[in-house]
Amino acid sequence: MTTQLLTLAFERPAIDWHAVAPELTLLAVGCLITLIDIIFLEKARPYTATLAGLGVLATAIPIITLAMDGVDRVLFDGAYVVDDFALFTKAIFLISGYVVILLSTNYVAEGDYWENEYYGLLLASLMGMVMMSSSRDLISIFVALELLSIPAYLMVAWRKRDARSNEAGLKYYLMGVFASAVMLYGMSLLFGVSGSTQLSEISSFLTNGSVSSVSAITLAIVFVVAGFAFKVSAAPFHTWAPDVYEGAPTPVTAFLSVASKAAGFVALLQLIYVGFHNQSAVYEPLIWILAAASMTFGNLVALKQTNIVRMMAYSGVAQTGFILAPLAVAGHAGLEDQALSAILTYLAIYAAMNLGAFAVIITLSRKTGSAEIESFNGAFRYAPAMTVSMAFFLFSLAGIPPLGGWFAKFEVFSVLASSDDVWGYALAVIAAINSVIALYYYASVARRMWADEAPENDLTPVSTTSSLVSALAICAIVTLAFGVVPQIVGRFADVTLLTLGG
Amino acid sequence: MENFINDWGLTVTTFLPMVGVAVMLLIPKAQEELHKKTALATSLLVAVMGILILTQFDFDATGQLQFAVDHIWIDVINSHYAMGLDGMSLPLVLLTMLVVPLCIIYSWNHFPEPQNPKAFLILILVLETGMIGTFMAQDLVLFFVFFEVVLLPMFFMIAVWGGDDRRYASLKFFLYTLFGSALMLVSFLALYFLSGSESFVLSDLIAAVSSNGVSRTAGLWIFAGMFLGFGIKVPMFPFHTWLPDAHTQAPTVGSVILAAVLLKLGTYGFIRIAIPVLPEAAVEWAPWIGLLAVIGIIYGALGCLAQTDMKRLIAFSSVAHMGFVMLGISTLTDFGINAAIMGMVAHGLITGMLFFIAGSVKERYHTLDINRLGGLLIQAPRMGWIFGLCVMASLGLPGLAGFWGEFPAILSAYNPGNGLPVTTFRVFMVISALGTVLAAGYLLWLLQRAAFGTPKDEFAEDPSITDVTKHEWISWAPFLALIVAIGIYPNLIFRVTDGAVDASLDDCLQVNASELTAEQAEALGCASIYNLHEDHEDHAAGE
Repeated sequence: MTTQLLTLAFERPAIDWHAVAPELTLLAVGCLITLIDIIFLEKARPYTATLAGLGVLATAIPIITLAMDGVDRVLFDGAYVVDDFALFTKAIFLISGYVVILLSTNYVAEGDYWENEYYGLLLASLMGMVMMSSSRDLISIFVALELLSIPAYLMVAWRKRDARSNEAGLKYYLMGVFASAVMLYGMSLLFGVSGSTQLSEISSFLTNGSVSSVSAITLAIVFVVAGFAFKVSAAPFHTWAPDVYEGAPTPVTAFLSVASKAAGFVALLQLIYVGFHNQSAVYEPLIWILAAASMTFGNLVALKQTNIVRMMAYSGVAQTGFILAPLAVAGHAGLEDQALSAILTYLAIYAAMNLGAFAVIITLSRKTGSAEIESFNGAFRYAPAMTVSMAFFLFSLAGIPPLGGWFAKFEVFSVLASSDDVWGYALAVIAAINSVIALYYYASVARRMWADEAPENDLTPVSTTSSLVSALAICAIVTLAFGVVPQIVGRFADVTLLTLGG
Repeated sequence: MENFINDWGLTVTTFLPMVGVAVMLLIPKAQEELHKKTALATSLLVAVMGILILTQFDFDATGQLQFAVDHIWIDVINSHYAMGLDGMSLPLVLLTMLVVPLCIIYSWNHFPEPQNPKAFLILILVLETGMIGTFMAQDLVLFFVFFEVVLLPMFFMIAVWGGDDRRYASLKFFLYTLFGSALMLVSFLALYFLSGSESFVLSDLIAAVSSNGVSRTAGLWIFAGMFLGFGIKVPMFPFHTWLPDAHTQAPTVGSVILAAVLLKLGTYGFIRIAIPVLPEAAVEWAPWIGLLAVIGIIYGALGCLAQTDMKRLIAFSSVAHMGFVMLGISTLTDFGINAAIMGMVAHGLITGMLFFIAGSVKERYHTLDINRLGGLLIQAPRMGWIFGLCVMASLGLPGLAGFWGEFPAILSAYNPGNGLPVTTFRVFMVISALGTVLAAGYLLWLLQRAAFGTPKDEFAEDPSITDVTKHEWISWAPFLALIVAIGIYPNLIFRVTDGAVDASLDDCLQVNASELTAEQAEALGCASIYNLHEDHEDHAAGE
């Protein structure tokens, strides 16, 4: 009897192994790295980064085969879905992850930090993100979120002999846990009202079911959205970002500002498109405020920064506002898919240009030993290629054609302009004004690097490494290609989340 | 060959400079001579392409787009890679192709501090792609992209190779222009969505607006957005304040390109996009544009009188001259817009030349303070005479190019287009005519102070003050020849532009509204412009 019960309880649901192959590959590589480290100890250290990078690239293979297969796969009664949306965002995570590994290679090795653990945690975090892309259930979303966050808390504090890094880690942890708690409360309300954790069922209940308590639903949506607003560092939930970005090792900052933010957006998109579909009356005003506040606040504060990483943190807040903007009109009839593809396009392009900017910052800091903007003055004299690429990335972030960023901004504007609604137009105008404000600080950094005198007229060249150069090359090529032939990203981002939501 | 030019001519011409850039990126920085040669060869090749295009250009069909290419570029937003050349863009494209190689020759042996010819020349070539592309683009998104491509090289040129106050000037230039183009982009998008056009291609948009219509308010707002974008670039009063700073701080070649080509991007935008797409909104805005243009003419001239820096003075004179161009455009007549294009070309040649001279003066005297200059005709007589010729051309002396830009523009204001208040424009005409007197005043005064008299003591014995050098001759001669040639035979330009202007103007602007009845106007689809015309008539009769 007992054995019967046990076998019943542990009956394995049918698993589509092909669909979960990317997650399994990442898991396997993570285990492999740990094993190798245990067995070969010091001897294996120099190869850890390479191995981790190869592992991430290997994970791309099942993604490509899944994409070629082209069938939407639904696992675990709809809690886990592999569709075009999931594949596209997984690809963004993996490519950003690979670039972050390239950025970390020398930083971690030369800083004498624990390499094996670092890459192990990075892979774990990546795995959480890759899972997030497929999660269409409150529980799997929460598990994925924690899996991607907890390693990140540790990585932020990786420079353990530096008080700032410790402070950053603790701050990020406390804020992150607080956000999770708020979000969980919202989720519990959702479950309480609808009786299901699955997003599509929640959605159909909210639409068709006899909803007894509108205020409970509103509260739930506000809490869940606020929880993810922390993750994507949208104002006014962005306060952790500058301190954490500054204190964390710079490659980790790059990781947080791109991959972790994208993961937050992916979760938000799934919740809004699948779960809160038809609840636009609640989420649209909320997102509108978050978007407008993030853009304006992020840009205004970024103007005053003297540290480039802090500046990038606030610029990241402002960019979050831009990425959120299409969501503020996503409930309008006929705009759903357009808004979704605008956000995905933005995320992909943002990943390339922001990682590129961090690659330059990391490279130049190897010489200057500082992240003060002043220390980068006159970099054109001793590192012209770096300076030109930095100008590329900064102006791409500002949205100047023919660099990728312009198309991202263009898509956002075109969604807002076709909203046919005063609020949409108003947000477009706010966004237009903000693009100009943002240009000021991006252009000032570029101008300092090009035109000013180097500090103490020190013109010794920077030491680059092959991994940094390849990271830079990937980002630069992608940034330019997305700008000149936006069709590349536009075609892949043309996905829908609605078929499974509805 | 013919087929090649037809299908690939414009694309190759536009992107050829980028090929040069790619080659130069591979050459080490130390080989300066090779860099200069590569850049010059590239820009000359572009000019050769220009001549080939010119030989294939059908001058009997200037109103049609020639060598047109149209491929889908960005599927998701229906934007096309649409390029084409007609009589309106041809003179400006040729001007660009001429200016760039001459600028490279001019800077051959004297690159401004901090040297680095590689970077400087690469920026010039990128600029060339942007400028040529803007004049050829027939799709609004493509136009916007090229329009912005021009920004970055100019920003760096001013920020790195500029004068003492370059940091302020470069950012100001950048922010002003970007502010305008952000609003311009929003206008383009609004136009696309509200008109329900099937693509961003200009001809589709024009067709969609005239068949589906855009509400009057929306049209006015969209036009206002474009007006800001183009008006800042022109620059029109009161958005002109970036110009004197940018010109004063930019290196010589930067100033020349800025004056000769970049300012034309704004006016070109008006006649290529804003007016053809939204003729009715243009009619309502035109009096205000005319007013700002006239204020610009007078304000620019008064500004000139107050300057003590030669470059700054020439910059303010640009504000005044572009005012004439905008006045011609604001009349919305065939005549006025032809005059405006002539004004653009003439201003490009003459003011470009003046900036060249200012740069050479600065190099010899190490100052542009007019009070310290003097006696140029004694110390460097040839340069002094060239300077004199350009000053005469700039003040609009008949027989030189400047005259054909200014005089017809003033004349066109006597008879503005349909629906425009005639009295107002005649007042504009009188005021702008006064502006030419002021122009003669400040330009002759400049000539008198800088070139006449005897050299000041501090420079009297300076051996570094030489006459025109070989490189200067080579780079200046074509400018001077064209100033004279166009001055003597203005049909060189008018013959090319007339057909295109005629084709671009809305039919309602071309019929004589006084001879129409309301019913006929309605039948032609010109009701709104006709009503405006009637309003003005009533108004005039009431007085």
